[in-house]
Amino acid sequence: MPTQTRTQTLPISGATCQGCSRTITTALESISGVESVVVDLSSQQVSVTGNASRSTLQGALVQAGYGAEDTDGLPAHDHDTADETNTSAAQSVQLSISGATCASCVRTIESALRNTPGVDNADMNFADRTAQVTGTASTSALINAVSDAGYGAELLDNSADQQEQQEAREQAHYHTLLRHMGLGLGLGVPLMAWGLLGGDMMVRAGQTSQWIWLGIGLLTLAVLATAGRHFFVGAWKAFRNHNANMDTLIALGTGAAWLYSMVVVLLPGALPEAARHVYFEASAMIIGLINLGQALEVRARGKTSAAVKRLLDLGAKTARVVREGPNQEKTEQDIPVEQVQTGDILRVRPGEKIAVDGTVKEGESRIDESMLTGEPMPVNKSTGDTVSAGTLNEGGTLLYAATAVGKDTALSQIVALVKKAQGSKPPIGRLADQVSAIFVPTIMLIAIAAALVWFNVGPEPRLTHMLISATTVLIIACPCALGLATPMSVMVGVGKAAENGILIRQGEALQTSSQLDTIVLDKTGTITEGKPAVTDIICAEGQQEDTVLKLAASLESGSEHPLATAILNESKQRELSLDDVTQFQALNGKGVTATLNGKTYRLGNRRWLENEGVNINLDSTSLTDKGATPLFLSEQQTLLGIIGVADRIKDDSKAAITRLKEQGLKVIMITGDITASANAIAKQAGVDEVMAEVLPEDKANKVAALQKEGRTVAMVGDGINDAPALAQADVGFAIGTGTDVAIESAAITLMGGSLHGVADAMAISSATVRNIKQNLFGAFVYNSLGVPVAAGILYPLTGNLLSPVIAGAAMSLSSVTVVTNANRLRFFKPGHGNSKPDKESNA
Amino acid sequence: MSLFVNLVGLVLMALVVWWFWLSHRKSTAQAATQEATIIVEDGVYSPASIRANTGQSLTLHFDRRDPSPCAEQVIFQGLDTSAFLETGKTTTLTLDNLPAGKHRFTCQMQMYQGTLIVD
Repeated sequence: MPTQTRTQTLPISGATCQGCSRTITTALESISGVESVVVDLSSQQVSVTGNASRSTLQGALVQAGYGAEDTDGLPAHDHDTADETNTSAAQSVQLSISGATCASCVRTIESALRNTPGVDNADMNFADRTAQVTGTASTSALINAVSDAGYGAELLDNSADQQEQQEAREQAHYHTLLRHMGLGLGLGVPLMAWGLLGGDMMVRAGQTSQWIWLGIGLLTLAVLATAGRHFFVGAWKAFRNHNANMDTLIALGTGAAWLYSMVVVLLPGALPEAARHVYFEASAMIIGLINLGQALEVRARGKTSAAVKRLLDLGAKTARVVREGPNQEKTEQDIPVEQVQTGDILRVRPGEKIAVDGTVKEGESRIDESMLTGEPMPVNKSTGDTVSAGTLNEGGTLLYAATAVGKDTALSQIVALVKKAQGSKPPIGRLADQVSAIFVPTIMLIAIAAALVWFNVGPEPRLTHMLISATTVLIIACPCALGLATPMSVMVGVGKAAENGILIRQGEALQTSSQLDTIVLDKTGTITEGKPAVTDIICAEGQQEDTVLKLAASLESGSEHPLATAILNESKQRELSLDDVTQFQALNGKGVTATLNGKTYRLGNRRWLENEGVNINLDSTSLTDKGATPLFLSEQQTLLGIIGVADRIKDDSKAAITRLKEQGLKVIMITGDITASANAIAKQAGVDEVMAEVLPEDKANKVAALQKEGRTVAMVGDGINDAPALAQADVGFAIGTGTDVAIESAAITLMGGSLHGVADAMAISSATVRNIKQNLFGAFVYNSLGVPVAAGILYPLTGNLLSPVIAGAAMSLSSVTVVTNANRLRFFKPGHGNSKPDKESNA
Repeated sequence: MSLFVNLVGLVLMALVVWWFWLSHRKSTAQAATQEATIIVEDGVYSPASIRANTGQSLTLHFDRRDPSPCAEQVIFQGLDTSAFLETGKTTTLTLDNLPAGKHRFTCQMQMYQGTLIVD
């Protein structure tokens, strides 16, 4: 293990004074390898520079009488191992241990783990029954070691479990917020009702009511100190960091109302009679309402990450592993999916999920991959095909070898990519970011300015008006709505796209996709299947299609040319048995020839056969018109038939291109094919323009030329061959078939092979950008109207100031509204053939 | 009295401008290690200012103690990096090849604010 000098930060607990600071410094400085120690009591951390291990430092802290565990309950080796992993390729794994009942169990388990070959260090945390192990040992070896010691262990690295834990914590937080709301409203509502029903809210010196108000003032203080504590603590901490946030506004608003009311209660004589009004109800109500708003927000936010949760839920919990015993007998066992190792042979039965990524070794089946690719039709899988974790086996039983497990599966990578993209922001959100950064201090300045205006030019009671206007300005201003406007919509939009098999890598692509005016489609594999197939067979008189095809396939059986593959596939589909040919010869640029039953057969292009003296008496123009390549078959000097082979356009390409054109896009096809055959495909697909005979390396130049014309261009192609053109385009769409696509190659990756994915992606992008605009507009309008109204701009017309309580209700609802509006995107359906960017009325 | 109140108001405004915009935050030297633990609690990142060396990778351990949804994500503006932080856990984030400059890191709503100074 490397022991380089570094600075580590350790959380501490129980250190309250400078004396503690000195004790900790002395304790740590006495350890060999420690160079310097800095204790920060305010953040309860100690920074230690040197090469002492983290566990040694923690041990010394505990010995000195202070808590030294990381807040995640783990002895913090994970922080060390980040470095060590880089230099020794060691891994850090966390195991959940069962059956440990006492401290001696801890020693037994630790020693069992440490004695396992490849383990550098093992520490068990008895409190949460977890063990942190670093080293190169495999997970199964670690689990076996713990099992042999008489305990249970399983890998604790399940993101779905983590998600559940996170949900449980959010739920607990939600209930805390509701309790706080109850406290605030429990005091505020009766007080407000008293005021509204005509009760006296004025303090009269020397009367019993003054004592009652004092009691109520103290009760309000209790509410502020409990239900509102987090606002005040947050405000104070932010203030010390020269920051101001939403907590600052709430703490200042409620604190000012309470303080003013207490001055009224304690020193009524110091204020004019008309200004002796108390506002305890405002403080309590605002605290209650803001807590309610936050609780609603927690609920609404849970839904924004529904897409990621659904993706995580796709993962199988267990896998059936096939193992070979010592006598080569095979046994099958269900094990937690976390324990599957690369290379394990797994069995999946009908109706079960594929547990990890793998390659089929035995069996045939249909796999439903719609959850990952958005493709509704199940895909046939047989030996040699790849399968992806989370997809559903519909038909037979498969045996497959695990090729990627845990975080390496396509599913895990998709989840990671979606999570990352959900955190990115399109440029449209930048203005809101700039405003957010200066928002709170600006509101504080406006509040003070409003108070001064009321003091200098307002009617009596001026002091009361000052307080109400300043408090209301502070409370009504909602930086959260502004800050949430963009990220909430991006989160839902990116998630929605993922549900449709569309992976959006950056928020910026979302925005650009909604502004495109030109789309360049690669032909092979994008508009077409990418695999040539037999389209037509024209027979000479007296010949049958199957006879012609059988002969052609027999001739081609020795060839590996793509055209030969098309003919062989067709004959296989028609279940034709092939004849054995002799004297096979492949003639480059001409065709193939072979002998069967003493006769010479040829299959090739027209010119070659004509040169060989074959009379071409069949018309092949119907084939070339379609973009198919005609292959002529002859027996001796007689033409038997013509087989048309073409790369067929995908079934739904035409419909998808029509959708793209309906969305106002100019659709261009780009290909290296000769103009005639490119035009034939273009005609079938219905594109606006064709760029034919373009060399692969020139595709990017063509895209650049379009951009020079002032167009915003999307390029759709496969992620590997078309990478330069994808990178050159304003938005690159990598189109794949299945989950084995290179998801890093383009801004947007379509896991399905259909061009509808492009139209869907654009529809989702437009809907998301519109949602962001709605949110930003709402947040800006809310704040730019709310703040002046709170400052009293309508007073000359209405004769009233806005109540701080109403401001509190409006503020708490504004951020909920933003989250709720973003959530509406969840119900958006891009829908094949029925959506345009301006047509999604439901988002 | 009138003059006094106005004066107090103006001084308060000046203090707001000075404290939040003009005065500088303390920065925490982490240059030698390129590693730091940041506590996410009560609306602030502690420490809120991190200094790192340009061109190197920086490992940050975010220890989220605040369950409010505001704290759930940290976004490094302009670095195309973000992370979801789990409540009660430490989330490690590595930033590679840091470009020189001041980079803000915030929560989604920008209530949590921090600065990463790379030089």
